[in-house]
Amino acid sequence: MSETIFKHASKTALTLIAFSLVFTTLLAFVFQATKAPIEASEAAARMALFAQIVPESMHDNDMLKDVITIAPNDLLGNKQPSIANIARINNAPAAVILEAIAHDGYAGDIKLLIAIKVDGRISGVRVLSHKETPGLGDYIDVLKGNWIKLFNNKSAVDPVPAMWQVKKDGGQFDYMAGATITPRAVVKAVFKALQYAQQNKALLFASNSKEHAK
Amino acid sequence: MSQYKEIAYNGLWKQNTGVVQLLGLCPTLAITTSAVNGISLGLATAFVMAASNGAVSPVRKYVPAEIRVPVFILVIAALVTVIDLTIHGFAEPLHKVLGIFIPLIVVNCIVLARVESFAAKNELAPSMWDGLMMGFGLTIVLAILGSIREIIGKGTLLSGLDLAFGPSFKHYVLTIPDYHGFLLAVLPPGAFIGLACLIAARNWAGSRAAKPAPAGGALKPAL
Repeated sequence: MSETIFKHASKTALTLIAFSLVFTTLLAFVFQATKAPIEASEAAARMALFAQIVPESMHDNDMLKDVITIAPNDLLGNKQPSIANIARINNAPAAVILEAIAHDGYAGDIKLLIAIKVDGRISGVRVLSHKETPGLGDYIDVLKGNWIKLFNNKSAVDPVPAMWQVKKDGGQFDYMAGATITPRAVVKAVFKALQYAQQNKALLFASNSKEHAK
Repeated sequence: MSQYKEIAYNGLWKQNTGVVQLLGLCPTLAITTSAVNGISLGLATAFVMAASNGAVSPVRKYVPAEIRVPVFILVIAALVTVIDLTIHGFAEPLHKVLGIFIPLIVVNCIVLARVESFAAKNELAPSMWDGLMMGFGLTIVLAILGSIREIIGKGTLLSGLDLAFGPSFKHYVLTIPDYHGFLLAVLPPGAFIGLACLIAARNWAGSRAAKPAPAGGALKPAL
């Protein structure tokens, strides 16, 4: 009796192992075959996003490879180390692309990509991901409206810090009625990122961080 | 009715997964915020169902009954991953629209339900046909629900089409002029209310058809 059970169990186990092996092999093969195309298409997608906020005239380097690691800090809102991409012309830094996270949106974190030029002015801001109410708070997304372009060419001192707020709070940034929490969070996050860039100018705009970083 | 006709009738109407079997409600409710989203997820699910039914049917005699569920899940998960990787690598724009939904198909119980109740007992061709038809039945429900929610909620139809097929498709997007949308339809309650209306409509139509000539001879409902 126990021998039959043993036989039966081992046959079952072997079948399961055989299926696992076959399908693991299939997956490994497909993973290898699609690895390079996936990396290429992801890089292309990221580059297309960069191109929206850093014009062609502002860089002649490969921004995807020219990176520095940024330790977690409150101004950028990142709890994990994040990556900043540098745009250079003839090896001289022209702009830095920072990732910032606003934790005080209406629903969950708002992830932003902020390009700051070497003179401290904003080249462009885009929303990477958000969970704001569709049709209400989602006008921060460039696909839904031009609001995010209000930040172009602003800096930490222009307008003065007191004006870095939505109009409802006495600042200079427009917002749409009924959704104030979302733009308030974005304005705050962009301003803090500008402050971060100001305070860490030496690190972000080092003449050639790529060689000196390590 | 021939076998294939009956399978198609079952999948599209009689045992429609979206409004009759009510299997896989999570993606049905979560994804149908627009017509394009609904149709995309529906077609991806139909494809996975045909593929997984097709993969399970030829090996059904070699799988002992005790471990059939883990084996089926293994097959489904592997196939979904293969499809996900392939789309990601070779059709990036499509992946942008479908990307987050495809891994969700693994946990969709319709796929496992059809493998278990149909492919494990039938030949290859009818099994694949069953998966495809069940998937199309779901696609129809997702498309109708997505369209209703998009029209009422945002006043547009087929928005996002350009993301899937390129900018030239942008002018196929229909917009109701001067209508700013009734937000509730796009939010989660709109999904429940919309699906409830569809189920009610299906039941009403079903009972009307049943009254004059009582339906008989069809397959027993699975599960």
